[in-house]
Amino acid sequence: MTGSPSTGSTWWRDPLPWSLAALLLLSLGMGHLAPLFSAMFPALDRPIYQQESFIALVLAHLQIVAVSSGAAALIGVGLGIAVTRQAGREFRPLVETLVAMGQTFPPVAVLAVAAPLIGFGELPALIALSLYGLLPIVRSTIAGIEYVPAATQEAATGLGMSAGQRLWQVELPLALPVIVTGIRTSTLINVGTAAIASTVGAKTLGSPIIVGLSGFNTAYVLQGAVLVGLLAISIDLAFIRLGRRLERWRLPAAR
Amino acid sequence: MIEFRNVSKAFAGTTAVEGLSLRIDEGEFAVLIGGSGSGKSTTLKMINRLVEHDSGQILFRGEEIRSFRPEAIRRRMGYAIQSTGLFPHWTVARNIATVPELLQWEPARIQARVDELLDLLGLEPALYRERYPHQLSGGQQQRVGVARALAGDPELLLMDEPFGALDPLTRAALQREMARIHRRSGKTIVMVTHDIDEALGLATRIVLLDHGRLVQAGTPAELLSRPANEAVTDFLGRSEAGIKLLGLQTVASRARPDEHAEGEPLDGAASLREALSAFVARRVDRLPVVDADGRSLGALRFDDLLRAPS
Repeated sequence: MTGSPSTGSTWWRDPLPWSLAALLLLSLGMGHLAPLFSAMFPALDRPIYQQESFIALVLAHLQIVAVSSGAAALIGVGLGIAVTRQAGREFRPLVETLVAMGQTFPPVAVLAVAAPLIGFGELPALIALSLYGLLPIVRSTIAGIEYVPAATQEAATGLGMSAGQRLWQVELPLALPVIVTGIRTSTLINVGTAAIASTVGAKTLGSPIIVGLSGFNTAYVLQGAVLVGLLAISIDLAFIRLGRRLERWRLPAAR
Repeated sequence: MIEFRNVSKAFAGTTAVEGLSLRIDEGEFAVLIGGSGSGKSTTLKMINRLVEHDSGQILFRGEEIRSFRPEAIRRRMGYAIQSTGLFPHWTVARNIATVPELLQWEPARIQARVDELLDLLGLEPALYRERYPHQLSGGQQQRVGVARALAGDPELLLMDEPFGALDPLTRAALQREMARIHRRSGKTIVMVTHDIDEALGLATRIVLLDHGRLVQAGTPAELLSRPANEAVTDFLGRSEAGIKLLGLQTVASRARPDEHAEGEPLDGAASLREALSAFVARRVDRLPVVDADGRSLGALRFDDLLRAPS
């Protein structure tokens, strides 16, 4: 098999379905935990966040992460490819500096600057998160392509592949596992940072946390934080599985 | 087939090849040899335009290579390199199929060609077709590298120190394979090496380069018996030149068919160098000679080694 524990007796060892099930159960059935939160925080009148349903918050959060990380991946991989081509080589230091600067800004600051310029809501959040997620993707794309052995590159060219054929058939497939690691890092950063985006009016799992923090409602903070955590774990596990799948050819046994 | 006319190449001001004129004819096994920095690899890579020459002309079948598209000319020339450069994410079959795929052959034709080449290089197709490069030994990888270079049925095969990284036994086995492939296919081969014995054993023509200049080109026997200058003598291994000369000729070529001798017979296909070793080791001056089927070819005397080639 391919290393993914999907065979009969060991399926339960795979953590991905467990974390997904926990995420789904909690986001659908948080209301049933009202007695638990009442017992933990007896001082609170309303121990469960009820302004939006948790499942709607999870989906909204997921959507912001998907759109911003998707944009970051497209732009980041594109930039990474561009600066490793013959023609784009000289722009590489510039791109690396710009992208690194993008990540030096704290996300809150980016949001704070973006909101008055673009207005409140999801758009400033999407822009801030996309910029913020670029660095790991650009870096991993460059690293992945450079890690393709020089002899492999020379053979590809020497056998008569065009630049495009070499990129699609040799460089990208070999760089992909490293690129996916970068996209994974970037997406996980965005899962956490998207929570902060609720400060500029985007609806995310950060909403209960922010409301809870400003209203001294620790139960809200906990509910939001646990769901963000589970979401991050699930996405991380999914990426690990994807990465393994992309490197099947590296396995020792012939398939 | 390939002609260099006063070709020069410099990298950032440093001369790599200077004023090189050279002709390689159809069917030749040309070996470019020289120390490091002699320009032998550069010369090879100029043929398939991995390195573009600065001045002079390089003709492929009479036409300047710059008149072809680089990809087109490379697909007509096989290319094998030292560390194989196999594509690690592709199976052996997919690797070998690289050039046929680029040439858009029919899938059935590609598959037949892959199996034919695996057979040719002594790799059982059913066993190796679906393996990945990292599941092969160094020698097997190099065989696949050679098979990949031959796959598109190229008019010319370029090899850049193809056996440099192999152990002596594997290396000798692959050298025998190459000699056999060259005999059978009659393909023109240009190979780079720094190993003089590899060059003497395989080449129909040796091209000795030094500091980017042609020092001498000729058959192995010509280089050994009529070296152009001291540098050639040194490079060929001054003290062993005689022994290397013996290595180029077979026992059968000197055997006396009407004579007989006692003792363990020599193989007619063995080199005179091996015969010399046998004379010295066994302390005799006469040995019987047989062919591959064990039939007598007569006898060889110790002083036959000194006779001029017949």
